Amino acid sequence: MAPVTMLEAIRQAIFEEMDRDPAVVAIGEDIGVYGGAFKVTEGLLERYGNERVIETPISETAIVGAACGMSYLGLRPIVEMQFIDFIACCFNQVTNFVAKGHYLWGAPAPMVIRGPSGGGVHGGPFHSANPEMYFAHTPGLKIVYPSTPYDAKGLLKSAVRDNNPVLFFEHKFLYRRIKEELPAEEYTVPLGKAVTRREGRDITILSYAAMMHTSLEAAAELAKDGIEAEVIDLRTLMPLDKDAILASVKKTNKLLIVHEDTRTGGIAGEIASLVCENAFEDLDGPIARVTSLDTPVPYAPTLEEHFLPNVAKVAAAARELARY
Amino acid sequence: MAVEVVMPQMGESIFEGTITKWLKKAGDKIERDEPLFEISTDKVDAEIPSPSAGVLKEIKIAEGQTVPVQTVVAVIEADGAGARLAAPSAIAKAEALEGGPAPAGVEAPPPDDEKAAPGPVPTKKDPQPGAQETAAAAPAPPRAPESKTASSAPPAKSASADAGSREKVRSSPLVRRLAKEHEVDLTQVPGTGAGGRVSKKDILGAIEGGGARAEASSTAAPAAPSTAQSGAGAPAARATIESAVPREKIYFGKYDVQPMSVMRQKIAEHMVLSKRVSPHVYSVDEVDMTPIANLRAKSKAKFEESTGTKLTFMPFFVRAAVEGLRAFPTVNASVDGTNVVLHKECNIGIAVALDWGLIVPVIKNAEEKNFLGIARSMNDLAERARSKKLKPEEVAESTFSITNPGVFGGLFGLPVINQPNVAILGLGAIEKRPVVIDDAIAIRSMVYLTLSYDHRVVDGAIAHQFMAKIKHTLENWIESIL
Repeated sequence: MAPVTMLEAIRQAIFEEMDRDPAVVAIGEDIGVYGGAFKVTEGLLERYGNERVIETPISETAIVGAACGMSYLGLRPIVEMQFIDFIACCFNQVTNFVAKGHYLWGAPAPMVIRGPSGGGVHGGPFHSANPEMYFAHTPGLKIVYPSTPYDAKGLLKSAVRDNNPVLFFEHKFLYRRIKEELPAEEYTVPLGKAVTRREGRDITILSYAAMMHTSLEAAAELAKDGIEAEVIDLRTLMPLDKDAILASVKKTNKLLIVHEDTRTGGIAGEIASLVCENAFEDLDGPIARVTSLDTPVPYAPTLEEHFLPNVAKVAAAARELARY
Repeated sequence: MAVEVVMPQMGESIFEGTITKWLKKAGDKIERDEPLFEISTDKVDAEIPSPSAGVLKEIKIAEGQTVPVQTVVAVIEADGAGARLAAPSAIAKAEALEGGPAPAGVEAPPPDDEKAAPGPVPTKKDPQPGAQETAAAAPAPPRAPESKTASSAPPAKSASADAGSREKVRSSPLVRRLAKEHEVDLTQVPGTGAGGRVSKKDILGAIEGGGARAEASSTAAPAAPSTAQSGAGAPAARATIESAVPREKIYFGKYDVQPMSVMRQKIAEHMVLSKRVSPHVYSVDEVDMTPIANLRAKSKAKFEESTGTKLTFMPFFVRAAVEGLRAFPTVNASVDGTNVVLHKECNIGIAVALDWGLIVPVIKNAEEKNFLGIARSMNDLAERARSKKLKPEEVAESTFSITNPGVFGGLFGLPVINQPNVAILGLGAIEKRPVVIDDAIAIRSMVYLTLSYDHRVVDGAIAHQFMAKIKHTLENWIESIL
């Protein structure tokens, strides 16, 4: 089989899940005739018809509200946000209804809200967000943020089958850049499990999504200086794979967390606390983090480059920590 | 919003600084970048600008106190939204090295120091080949508690022995846990991490080596015999500022007691060590400076007009010294145990007298500079030495030094070698003197040059040929200065 992009992997997951379970429906802006802004849903309308592929007006609130109602009544909607930035419009629906239904009324909302996220493509402040932490903070939601086509497909299939609402972030920088051969047979990737992308003994770099690739490149740089970094891909932020994080920290004793989300309130801070609570006496240095700056994502390419983490920034932080 | 002002890190190897003077007092208004306080570190003195505009709310560290870098020394109530200056890195947040007890006297070092005595005691400031192995035998060097030595009353011997005698070792939570589990005394484990921190690697090495480690490494010590630098270990260094006579013989009659500045203490240590380690030999030569004095008198105005820098005699001597060093590389050297390190660069340290002490900024790669280049960098370094604007790297890595007692009228001086150099050139005053030339008496501008050299490396024959080369270069000056 030819290697496929992350876009294609996601498309395959949607098709396979809609084939498998008639309760799975798709809803979103332009997902039918147009095939979605990034063509993820191309061919979906032709195949499943407009009862299962529902095109909506530009109202994120309406989309998520409708999906919420569908999920209460037994459907498993996959919601597409044209850009994940606009999930902010339905913050109330997601945090007050979708997230709490199961807890309040025993009514699970088995829905997936997916959409392109992240920067590095000069999309500017309204089309580059990493809003995962608004929702990671909300009990009742699951947060998935894959970095490879294989994971994107396997995790999306798991998300569709999960009885809890799942927010599925697709880093648009990775959509077409990373290609991978996928297994011919059906597979899923479990939610809440991190994966080790590179073994190392000197320092652990925790990351996810596009920054996972940046971290891997930095690890290759560091290896030239004799610093062996272990790179762990979180894949799911909620639930967080605490065991994997702690096991690696206990092995290398030094932790660097890299995320593209802005610094304050990013997952790095939460992980730092987790490690301090559970593995303080295994630390041989301060927990370090490389993140975006605490500003909106700038439009100007040079400013965006300055704003985002990159290989040099990650390698520099890792070197300092290794030297500590 | 409150902005914390921290002790800045004035160079990679510097971990603490002393506040020598506050230029503002609490309640004063201050502009951003306006000088706020003066500090003194191992390497340089500097004026520190304010990170923010506002009102100086609180001074947390008093004048004379020494604190680790990144320690908050003051708080400014900023105008509007100021930014916090350099968030303290975790490195600096961790506990600082606190001073161990000052040894009561040379004859009574702490027991740990005795163990280490046969081997060199590397300091953090002077890492050197072989230091890692030998360090295993040495205790973490106790730092002198500067704030204590600065107390003005003569302290009773017993007081200095018990106060603050607990030494903290920089490590990490992991290292402390391992130390506890394996009953390792962290003060005995040499740290190779940032800032001399005991790292995971260090403690694992100590655990693996067990008790035998200290033994094994001290037998390795003779490989790198004691040298000027390795002799600069903390216990020895402390001894240098001890008094030569019992304390009670010092205080009589009426007196004031002035604590030594950090710079004074460093000079004291450095001078005693240099004299102790290097057998000094001196040679004196007389040079006829008439042609150069004439050249200078003739060209001074034009030189200064066209280059914008002063024309002094010093660059002539630097150029001549470089010629000498190129002809006799043994003089441009350092000693590392039984090795002589012959430097390829001619980095010339120039002693600059300051109202508050002495500093030796370095003209790097003088061998690559022409006369004007030397004059310019020398004037620049001297100027910035006086305005406390030198960077730490600008006072390091000299390979030869020149001092100029003549500027204060000295006929000649016999300077102490500036370690790790092996020689220093002293310039006397340039004066017109009657001189016999071809059975006639002439009036010539004469100068006495002295060379103090380390006889371990430089023998008289070389020293005198080196001086002859300088003399010849000066008396037969051919280089164009413009």
